[in-house]
Amino acid sequence: MVCQECGARPATLHFTKIVNGEKTEFHICEHCAREKGELIPGTSGGFSIHSLLSGLLDLEGASKGKTAAASTVQDVRCEECGMTYGQFSKLGRFGCSSCYKYFDKGLDPLFKRVHGSTAHVGKVPRRAGVQIQVRRQIDELKENMQQAIAQEEFETAAELRDQIRKLEKEIAQE
Amino acid sequence: MPNLRFTEQALSEWMRSGGSHSEIVISSRVRIARNIVHHPFPLLANEEQAEKVMDVLAPVIDENQATGYGTFQLVKLDELGELDKTVLVEKHLISPNLANDSRGGAVLLNEDESVSIMINEEDHLRIQCLFPGFQVKEAWDRATSIDDIFEAAVDYAFDDRRGYLTSCPTNVGTGLRASVMMHLPALVMTQQIGRILSAVNQVGLTVRGIYGEGSEAAGNIFQISNQITLGQSETEIIENLHSVVIQIIEHERNARQRLLNDSALRITDRVMRSYGILKYAAVMDLKEASQRLSDVRLGVDVGILQEPSISVLNELNVKTQPGFLQKTFGDKLNAAERDMYRAKLLRETLGTTH
Repeated sequence: MVCQECGARPATLHFTKIVNGEKTEFHICEHCAREKGELIPGTSGGFSIHSLLSGLLDLEGASKGKTAAASTVQDVRCEECGMTYGQFSKLGRFGCSSCYKYFDKGLDPLFKRVHGSTAHVGKVPRRAGVQIQVRRQIDELKENMQQAIAQEEFETAAELRDQIRKLEKEIAQE
Repeated sequence: MPNLRFTEQALSEWMRSGGSHSEIVISSRVRIARNIVHHPFPLLANEEQAEKVMDVLAPVIDENQATGYGTFQLVKLDELGELDKTVLVEKHLISPNLANDSRGGAVLLNEDESVSIMINEEDHLRIQCLFPGFQVKEAWDRATSIDDIFEAAVDYAFDDRRGYLTSCPTNVGTGLRASVMMHLPALVMTQQIGRILSAVNQVGLTVRGIYGEGSEAAGNIFQISNQITLGQSETEIIENLHSVVIQIIEHERNARQRLLNDSALRITDRVMRSYGILKYAAVMDLKEASQRLSDVRLGVDVGILQEPSISVLNELNVKTQPGFLQKTFGDKLNAAERDMYRAKLLRETLGTTH
């Protein structure tokens, strides 16, 4: 799809604007988006991933300033670096790794929007993550065991059960 | 001032060999973002805190010269002039972000410039591996093995549920950004590119210009990368990108074939005309240079032209950038002078081939 503004570059941003119940669809390229900053709610001129994110985060606290509860959310502070949730939602970036802990409540909806998911399933640091890795391995083995049982492969299932027991014992000892 | 062979030469050693599908895929890159626990992210860190991060991270590679990827040199950004920083960005060895806000920033570069480890960019550590052609899996293997070296020496900020904790919420989880730079002139000419790019967006990938976020796709070069870093494993991310890129390669090949079948004369004319202009023009702006170089690259790839070599074209893509031009011809060139010197450089480089 070609950008509806310049008609030359490919459209990479697709969004819908609703004004007084009237729906308008936009398909534009980043270049034109930057030039026509007013097209995108919440951005003026400087268009970046952080301003988009900050837009998303503002939705979280859409009622900010109106109720006491909303302003407390904005005031939540990371005790390690001192950043508040309000600052985080403006900057679109965390101040330190502990922010994840202090702002945890507000993060699931954000991660869901950005990544479609809230939990990590990838690589785990070897040194710090031996337990996590073993636990994941156990989960995988359990799944395989269920499959084996469903397919009436009881010998395989028994082998898997023994492996699971062995790993569970290892974790318990650590 | 450190000895900077990295900014003297336009083409990194790693770019000299082709890699697979090199007629369409220019390069593959993997970047992983990591942070150390109990240190504020660079966004908030003061000079002293940034220095501390550098003191923790830089020696890890110093002491590990046996990484198998050659000797590394530590380049502190504060010690570089603006022009050298621009050249490092033009060569994709550092991000524009690190060049612009280099407070306490540094980069560890290996000899062939295939590994670039940024310190105090948006995250404490960004490990980047570059490969020529389509080798995104190889780039990931290398990046993860360097990650293991760091992980053995420092405590990463990692959470059982959220994964690797990064400064920006868009990188959390794997911290992995895998990207592939593709030359897609036939898809642009046949106006299929928009449809394909919007399809790409729908499968969790994004398309950007060659210098990353916010930059335009100059010379029909597009950078395709994963958008999602949380909830997918590294293998899934790499495989997803891999399979989409394979499909785009297929589409580009078909479009090239169709162009050659249906409008051979028109394409040949376009390629030859661009080659002629590159060889003889007296003034050339960057946009035109990128477009003409793209035409010539297409001509070489489909056999209309026998020369210049792809490696000369890769080199010219970098050498015609503003920073590199100024590095070569004098650091105070205005835009009009740059256009003149760009044309001169192109004439001299391409004029020697017949």
